[in-house]
Amino acid sequence: MLDLLRNRFRQRTDPVPMPATSASLPPRFRGRPAVLEASGADASRSLPVIDLGCSVFAPEEFAEGSRVAAFTIDYRMAVRTREALVTSTGEVELAAALDAKMRALLGRSLRLRSVAAGSCGGCEAELTALGNVVFDMARFGVQFVASPRHADGIVVSGVVSANMREALEKTYDAVPDPKIVIAVGACAISGGVFRESAEATGIPPSIPVDLWIPGCPPHPLTILDGLLRLLDKVR
Amino acid sequence: MSPRAFLEVSNRRCARLADVPALEAEDLSNELEVRTRDGWRIVALFGTPETRATLRLTAVIARDDAGELAVASAVVGQRYPALSARCRQASRFEREIAEQCGTLPQGGVSFKPLRRHAPDHAPIEWNVVRGDREAYAFDEVVGEEVHEVAVGPVHAGVIEPGHFRFQAHGEEVLALEIMLGYQHRGVERLLETSDRHHATLVAESIAGDTVIGHASAACGALEALARSRKTPRAQAIRGIALELERLANHIGDLGAMSGDVAFHPASAYLARLRGECLNLLMTISGNRYGRGLIRAGGVAFDIPNDMATEVAGRVERLREDLAPVLQLLFDASSVQSRFESVGVVTRGQCVANGYVGLVARSCDVAHDVRHDFAYGVYRFAQIPVAQAWAGDVLARALVRRLEIQRSLEFVIEQVSTLPRGAERVECGRLQPLEIVVALEEGWRGEVAHVVMTDADGGIRRHKVVDPSFHNWPALAAAMTGNQISDFPLCNKSFNLSYAGHDL
Repeated sequence: MLDLLRNRFRQRTDPVPMPATSASLPPRFRGRPAVLEASGADASRSLPVIDLGCSVFAPEEFAEGSRVAAFTIDYRMAVRTREALVTSTGEVELAAALDAKMRALLGRSLRLRSVAAGSCGGCEAELTALGNVVFDMARFGVQFVASPRHADGIVVSGVVSANMREALEKTYDAVPDPKIVIAVGACAISGGVFRESAEATGIPPSIPVDLWIPGCPPHPLTILDGLLRLLDKVR
Repeated sequence: MSPRAFLEVSNRRCARLADVPALEAEDLSNELEVRTRDGWRIVALFGTPETRATLRLTAVIARDDAGELAVASAVVGQRYPALSARCRQASRFEREIAEQCGTLPQGGVSFKPLRRHAPDHAPIEWNVVRGDREAYAFDEVVGEEVHEVAVGPVHAGVIEPGHFRFQAHGEEVLALEIMLGYQHRGVERLLETSDRHHATLVAESIAGDTVIGHASAACGALEALARSRKTPRAQAIRGIALELERLANHIGDLGAMSGDVAFHPASAYLARLRGECLNLLMTISGNRYGRGLIRAGGVAFDIPNDMATEVAGRVERLREDLAPVLQLLFDASSVQSRFESVGVVTRGQCVANGYVGLVARSCDVAHDVRHDFAYGVYRFAQIPVAQAWAGDVLARALVRRLEIQRSLEFVIEQVSTLPRGAERVECGRLQPLEIVVALEEGWRGEVAHVVMTDADGGIRRHKVVDPSFHNWPALAAAMTGNQISDFPLCNKSFNLSYAGHDL
């Protein structure tokens, strides 16, 4: 018992405040890219188009020395439409809140069912991390539940492999209306590094996505920020 | 057993394809049977289209205690006498070959699909019957009081998909049938057809919790084929990253096991400390799982002096924070009584079936690639092999605890004495018509990448064997005779990868 108490005092268990300050991320962190200011003769060049939904945030994508764009440590990247992930300035229109009616229906809680559908397990690891004492999504009323019938929506990760397509559709159908769909990670959004594979079928049009969270995998702060914007708890 | 049936090779040393012995299928079958009885273990066994109508089966075997590695092959037609008819260890591999290459082995045990996908490595002239994704036969237990509990592919938590069918009598599990393949993304085909940069990104995404393990093995194979020599500094940084990955997963697993027996204090603290390991990887590589760090020729990010000091300090603090929590976990009698004697894997099962990694080390089989097939930094900084004997959940927890301590020491030592030199050197064109076996001790166990090049130095075959491929049957074996209610704990003590298996 004494050991339990001693550990309770010793271990740091304060959750990270939301919105988090960028100070909690190291300088090498690869968040939302930004297009660099063009100068002199360079000014007239056409701006590159960056699709955050296809990016796996590999260091080579905007290699050092590139004059065009570079990664910043801004973790906020979640948006409401697929088109909003395509940007020529690096800026994205961050997710707007659900409408007032839907928010009233949800009250102060959001219950989600996770469906890993042809992933590497990376996105699920970050979704699990949202429940730990650091990110602690439960303090905002967000929780993962076991049954789709108890859920307000689903979180889809992975390329939607041919073998998972049916299970994903059945899970979606089992969630009562009205429901939310959240696509987490490059694979769910665009197929990610598996885009060229015949096994990657993508989220079918019958499952309309409400929130797109890019990354490979997205940092837990990126996911949490997106969820809180949807619930109008961060603006 | 003829002395020349197998060609001796070693970890990350190339051999000419022409030097790999080509046996008759019967002889290969015979050799595998004799050698697996004689202390050898199958590392990889896979098919590569040889001509338009034949397939070359390549077998890589290892004798861990002697540090020996050997390859042999056999060229077969679509129908050939099944290797698994005589060698039990070959059966999972042969099921995989039948599915990937469309072979019809004669007389084997069972050829039910492993992943349920269309063949993607079949010789082009073969008439390949595409398997029915729904057809799935297995040994069902029947009887008036026997019932079946089916779980998945969408599980109760945030977990990868798999389908489990418990054949049970009351609470007692008589047999557990595990059906996988839901995470199949066509990894091997992409590794073989993508350019080098993209293939590295794919290797990083084979299993999201083994980014460093798979990327290091894939790049290690390419570096050997290109005769590229990494600097000691690059090797040390790879070692640091691999051990940080091991730390994150072992600490996370102990936390999850603690949560499964409702011991919440340790589970909460360990979840945070796991995050600290991921944050260390993020400080070094910019990504919590180390993505972007491992590249052919070395590492993409150096650890400058001030960062090395910072990392050493943070790991030291991690060690101080971790010690009392592990003490708390392993001293709690309620935890001990739940961990002990549950989910036992015996030494005999392990040796017969070729289980690897921490599952093997917790039942008295001291296999560790870092020790048996030492490579890179591990040739100079040896990590003692952690071992336990009982083969139960407690043993797997104890091995993790020992490995955590040793990895912490390793990281602190390496980061404080980083050798000078460039972090990355050039990795040029690959030598044509060669084969290389790259083994890595990922946190789960042996990660194996076998790469063959074609006449132009392109990738002809890139075979991946995740430790989970060897170890999934161990979970089914461990559950037999246990209660269904012990499954979550038992499963967590293995924590196998679905993605790594499904590829």
